[in-house]
Amino acid sequence: MKNIVILGNGISGITAAREIRKMSQYKITVISSETEHFFSRTALMYIYMGHMEYEHTKPYEDHFWKKNRIDLMNAKVDKVDIAKKELVLSDGKAVGYDVLILAVGSKSNKFGWPGQDMDGVSGMYSYPDLQDIEKYTKDIKRGVIVGGGLIGIELAEMLHSRDIDVTFLVRETSFWNNILPAEESALITRHIRENHIDLRLETELKEIVPDSNGRVKSVVTSKGDEIECGFVGLTAGVSPNIDFLEDSGIETARGILINEYCETNVPDVYAIGDCAQHKTPPGERRPVEQVWYTGRMMGETLAYTICKDKLKYQPGIWFNSAKFLEIEYQTYGWVWANLKEDERDFYWEDETGRKCLKLVFDKKEKFLKGCNVFGIRLRHGVMEKWIKEKKHVKAVVEELTEANFDPEFYKSYETEIKGKFNKQIAF
Amino acid sequence: MIEVVQSFFLLCLLWFNIYKMKTIYNIGIGITLTAFTIFIASLFLNDYKLTNKLIDDAGLGDVKTEALKEASKGFEGKTISSKLEFVDELKQALSVANASIVNKYKISDRDIDALVKLSSASGKIKYSTAFAEKVFPENDGAGQYKAKGINDFTGWIADRKYQSAEDLKNDLKNSLTGFNNNIQYTKAFDDYAIGNLLFVLTKKAGTGLVSNNTGLFFALTFILAFIGAMIFILPKFWDGLPGIKHNRIFKTSLNSQGIIGILMGSFLILFYIVLYFFPVYIVEWVSISEVASVGLFGREASQWFLYGFLYTFAVLVMGLRFLSKYRHNKYQRIRTFSVMFFQLIIAFMMPQILFALNLPEVDLKNIWPLDYSFFFEWRINSYLNSGALGMMMLVWSIALIVIAVPVLTYFVGKRWYCSWVCGCGGLAETAGDPFRQLSSKKIIAWKIERYLIYAVLVFVVVMTSWVLYTFFTGKSVLLGIDSYQMRKIYGFLISSIFSGVVGTGFYPLMGNRIWCRFGCPLAAYMGIIQRFKSRFRITTNGGQCISCGNCSTYCEMGIDVRWYAQRGQDFARASCVGCGVCAAVCPRGVLKLENKSEKGRLNGPGLLGNDGVVKVRGIRLGKESA
Repeated sequence: MKNIVILGNGISGITAAREIRKMSQYKITVISSETEHFFSRTALMYIYMGHMEYEHTKPYEDHFWKKNRIDLMNAKVDKVDIAKKELVLSDGKAVGYDVLILAVGSKSNKFGWPGQDMDGVSGMYSYPDLQDIEKYTKDIKRGVIVGGGLIGIELAEMLHSRDIDVTFLVRETSFWNNILPAEESALITRHIRENHIDLRLETELKEIVPDSNGRVKSVVTSKGDEIECGFVGLTAGVSPNIDFLEDSGIETARGILINEYCETNVPDVYAIGDCAQHKTPPGERRPVEQVWYTGRMMGETLAYTICKDKLKYQPGIWFNSAKFLEIEYQTYGWVWANLKEDERDFYWEDETGRKCLKLVFDKKEKFLKGCNVFGIRLRHGVMEKWIKEKKHVKAVVEELTEANFDPEFYKSYETEIKGKFNKQIAF
Repeated sequence: MIEVVQSFFLLCLLWFNIYKMKTIYNIGIGITLTAFTIFIASLFLNDYKLTNKLIDDAGLGDVKTEALKEASKGFEGKTISSKLEFVDELKQALSVANASIVNKYKISDRDIDALVKLSSASGKIKYSTAFAEKVFPENDGAGQYKAKGINDFTGWIADRKYQSAEDLKNDLKNSLTGFNNNIQYTKAFDDYAIGNLLFVLTKKAGTGLVSNNTGLFFALTFILAFIGAMIFILPKFWDGLPGIKHNRIFKTSLNSQGIIGILMGSFLILFYIVLYFFPVYIVEWVSISEVASVGLFGREASQWFLYGFLYTFAVLVMGLRFLSKYRHNKYQRIRTFSVMFFQLIIAFMMPQILFALNLPEVDLKNIWPLDYSFFFEWRINSYLNSGALGMMMLVWSIALIVIAVPVLTYFVGKRWYCSWVCGCGGLAETAGDPFRQLSSKKIIAWKIERYLIYAVLVFVVVMTSWVLYTFFTGKSVLLGIDSYQMRKIYGFLISSIFSGVVGTGFYPLMGNRIWCRFGCPLAAYMGIIQRFKSRFRITTNGGQCISCGNCSTYCEMGIDVRWYAQRGQDFARASCVGCGVCAAVCPRGVLKLENKSEKGRLNGPGLLGNDGVVKVRGIRLGKESA
């Protein structure tokens, strides 16, 4: 019976474990030093905001693991010994494996800012991070958040929920406009400001200044302003958590290098999720995908490879979602920050400026390539089907009601959207 | 009008500036708590004076009136400032009065001896009911009553010859036990009458601060609480942007089973126990609520009016709070308007109108088996005795059971009732909303739920079968089980304890749908339809779930919604009341309540997005044990 050891109990590692269990009787051990049980990382913010407690973020009850014979081990791994096929733990003990799955996730980026490791500075990725943030933000007046991505906006919302003033330093000229097209980015930028968050665009962190106790006193920005604050949140992206693999013989670049089967250069060692870097990413995807959904898919795919036949990682149509304060966001297919040569788009925004729809389609053939939607919910199944079958964008607009996933009785915008589309886009 | 209110609050906003909204909220809470304190204090601020006039006015008939007057001589006309003392005195007086009445109408051992003696007069021992006239010559009520008792209860041994006087004496004694035991019910006060009199006389005997100023107390409690609540709630309609308002819930003692939550729960439990079993101790509240009862309907108030008034007050005020909280969500808004309407108009006002029209005073949206006494003889008869309109009401209520429930539940799920119409549901969705996150999501809770709720359903069906047997045959015992005994047990155990004391008292301890989830037989009945034959389901959105747990946490029925969402599995659990909050709190737009074709309803699409896996294994829902 194969002895499978999974390093990391996040969504990727746990999905692999559960799927392997469904298909086999192998021995499965999941090792983590973060928490004893799997919890939803994406829900960390809600614990801080008081919407939930840690217990609520566990998708499975504690007895689930024993019942499904998935052994959990709370330990820190210092080294991987590929020759002996064993892991060396921080207490010196060794754990052997037949198959090793690396699902070790990410860590917050730090770009060598002066003061980046002092008391009162934290990223927002792990459960220990959350505990630090909880400690650092007690009784403070202002927090400064550095880096305008999805985690940055979450952290801003967290502090906001406790009436802590937030200054948000963002390098870009408009919020997240390296990912979002200008209109959507403007919409979110407005929304951040209407929530009384002090958003400072084109502003970077220069240094963090300590007080006499060595705790954060203020930050100095690239524009020379000094902002007093009790907490600094570093949310300028995350990168694979691979330091412990140095000299292990497992090939790494930004992340752990894997082929389309999630195999590393070492036999029986695989990598999935945030920490993996695809040598040949499928389609137009990035080599390192730090997204909940892709971690889950890699876990599913790898479980099949291990238990049945080798299976390539073939994610379908790209999709993602997020929530920016009160505004929900979904995306299906590819919508780039800037239109490509062969693309054309259609944009509709409602009168409140908090809802919008962006459709990107092929200039020549007019088929749907991607869609961004804010403040309206769309059906994943329908959007996936339409993009896959290259549905004509006019037909998409005509049949938009079919894709609507808003709760019953919600105001529908389809007529308005159709009207604008027909006026603006003449085929 | 709305503009005026709106500008007033905008002015307030300016005054306090947006970050000081807390001050407004604290003022609101302060005022409400003051009203609450006065409400509690009112129970201790009254005096009581029983007068002969009050006893006369109670309409008890000569015998009881005299007996009670005699028994209460010791404190009649005296002002007593302690309610406990007054109630004790009154209880004592009622029991003394009872004893004296029983004594007066009882056929004593001495009477029996006299009867035996008369029977033995001729040398032979031969009993005759005619002797009664000699033993009870008095031509007053008691003598006649006893003589009739002799006739009715000893007729069967008349003219029988006995060997010994002892045998006759024994037969007489045994025959008359029933007669003597009956006196309490026919002539004196039975337990029900004692409870009733205690309540009514204590309420009317009230004479102090509260009773003399009910109008003032009404203003200082209900109206003040309303003002405080409005100051707390109305600004929420304009405070901040619309969206999910769950910040700090698990850091607030009241909402997270902290000490304030436990105190609140204890208070509610105590309130229900007193209301159901010892209402005499809250007569001041009834007197205060009487201001509304008299003002609105020109009727005296009972504890049930007080309860209905408080209930409606809670649904309306907290309904407004819910509307402010979900002002961005039209499904929630319509649903809340609906429960507020049904509580105010159909449950609270309508029965009073029916009463005024001399029709049965009922809540026309209540449905058997939740309305467990619907088939009781006195209920059915009250419809039958109310002419064509009464008949129509009877038909309406039966049509709800056999047509509306299955048909509507088939088309839209049980939500049409549970979270849109029902009174229990109405309270849970409004006053209970701050506690919805406290329902257990554990599998063990689900198991208990399934045993318990269907057990109650079986109980109510069996009980009702016996009730109908009694209705049609006039007999009460079938298979050794007494129909009346069974209703009594159901009424006490299920209706009072389960749905009242536990169902609502435990809101702050176990969530706001304990009764609906574990006990309500109507919910059980509709649940079976919803699960097996309905167009309703909750659709999950492909692969968009991030397993955050908001849906499960805020499911008041304790459904682990996330279990399905993270598998991309559409589902329709029997218990789901369709409140729609799971869909509302989802940050990624994963859940939607829908009525659609039954075809493929629960097989869902499964997780989407992973073409490789879908290709080799098909779209599927893997099995694993929870």
